[in-house]
Amino acid sequence: MLKDVRFAKSHEWISPVAGGVATVGISAYAVEALTDLVFMQLPAVGRKVKAGESIGEIESVKAVSDLYAPVSGEIVEVNTSLPDQLETLGKDPFGAGWIVKIRPDHPAEIDALLDRAAYEALIGSQPH
Amino acid sequence: MSESATSPLPRPTSLRETALCPWHAAHGGRMVDFAGWNMPVQYASIVDEHLATRSSVGLFDVSHMGRLSVTGPGALAWLESMLTRKVAGIVPGQFRYTLVTADAPTALVILDDALVSRDTDATDGTPRMGLVVNAGNRERVVAWLRSRLPVSGVELVDHTLDTAMIAVQGPSAVDVVAGLCPGDSCTRIRALGNYRGTSATVAGHAAAVSRTGYTGEDGVEVTVAARDAVAVWEAILAAAAPLGGRPCGLGARDTLRLEAGMPLYGHELLSHSDPFALGLGLAVNLEGRTFPGCTALATLKAQKTARVRVGLDLGSKRSAREGNVVLAGAGHTLAGGEVGVVTSGSFAPTIGHAVAMALIEPALAAEGTAVEIAIRDARQPARVVGLPFYRRPAGGGKPPAAG
Repeated sequence: MLKDVRFAKSHEWISPVAGGVATVGISAYAVEALTDLVFMQLPAVGRKVKAGESIGEIESVKAVSDLYAPVSGEIVEVNTSLPDQLETLGKDPFGAGWIVKIRPDHPAEIDALLDRAAYEALIGSQPH
Repeated sequence: MSESATSPLPRPTSLRETALCPWHAAHGGRMVDFAGWNMPVQYASIVDEHLATRSSVGLFDVSHMGRLSVTGPGALAWLESMLTRKVAGIVPGQFRYTLVTADAPTALVILDDALVSRDTDATDGTPRMGLVVNAGNRERVVAWLRSRLPVSGVELVDHTLDTAMIAVQGPSAVDVVAGLCPGDSCTRIRALGNYRGTSATVAGHAAAVSRTGYTGEDGVEVTVAARDAVAVWEAILAAAAPLGGRPCGLGARDTLRLEAGMPLYGHELLSHSDPFALGLGLAVNLEGRTFPGCTALATLKAQKTARVRVGLDLGSKRSAREGNVVLAGAGHTLAGGEVGVVTSGSFAPTIGHAVAMALIEPALAAEGTAVEIAIRDARQPARVVGLPFYRRPAGGGKPPAAG
């Protein structure tokens, strides 16, 4: 499954479209870099978003980070159990730690994002 | 040109490094620029480091703090004329919290907050004094103090770069450090009252040990020669690790001092602050004393108009951060109006939710007052509470005598 996932430079991942809907989360690298997650705010279901728009917040002890929409579309589902179980993001960031499901306006936008090799090259070049 | 040969200025792009910096980097420390120093903000988890300090022992490299010695026959009298805190009555082995102030033509300038201490007198009886100042203020404090030195009788030396300072904090901290010392040093360390210090041999190395810290826990701070820093750090860590002790970064140091309600220069305390409104009046001894800024401080003490430092309990996981505006709560005559500003805020690991310190209008400073904090596009309800947020349990690790 991971091999088909695409990544935004801002560390969100997005799955291939299935039944018109793609799943979005944040990468294991992002979870590890943030650490000590304490708070998350999710977007409202039904909200129309543009690629790159902030759709929520993830807060660690140290700082607040925005969660960005990797593609344009409509939020059709959010993982409502996640804010009370933020440890799931660390345990299973590409599975049970999914954050939102989005109906992309233009599924081709997903293909323009980074594939796994390109994303790994990006994070490999960042000091950590 | 000759000046640069004897005192080369640091390249602006290069960070200063403590003697322990390579150790931090080799052991997973996430290194950041803190006041021009390359320091670990955390190793793995700030929460784990914070809780280890509350339950066992945390080790902190605080070598970036400025360590100055003031010696000579005139040292005591000169510091008495320079600091807001009374120094005249200080006895060997005693530490006091003070402010370092300058007097500008129109206003008081607080250069820093500091610990002043008196070491054992020299063999000829002249006093040997010490100052520990904040890393970010060290250079301007040293420059200010040097500009006011008398022609003779007082020598000021900055030992920051040739020494290292390790804060060992937590209920088991004194046991851990005392256990690394031979009999006489061990006895002296165990007998230390709060804000008292002694010379000691720690893990075979000459050290100065004081019962001081910035976490709200019992503990000591250990100063050694820079060349001994890694050996002493590793010996303390090896003794602490079986008890659950661990190295901690500046992230945990910040959440620990926030829970303990301690102000931090640059956040709660600024150059033009009213120290009385911040609850730091005990650091300012005005009666019968003259020091830079004493007239302006006497005026401030009489006015009581400045915003006062309070605790805010958010009860939420969402944190307020420095700069967030505090608004009067619903039902107050000023409801929705700006009445203060957050100076420090975070999720508090020991408490389990977010807390903050803020400066707030005196009319809203009473404990229990309902306020709101503007956090991005949200309005977070909060309640004014007394400081500190966390007080360590009485009993375990309690020093034998008050300082």
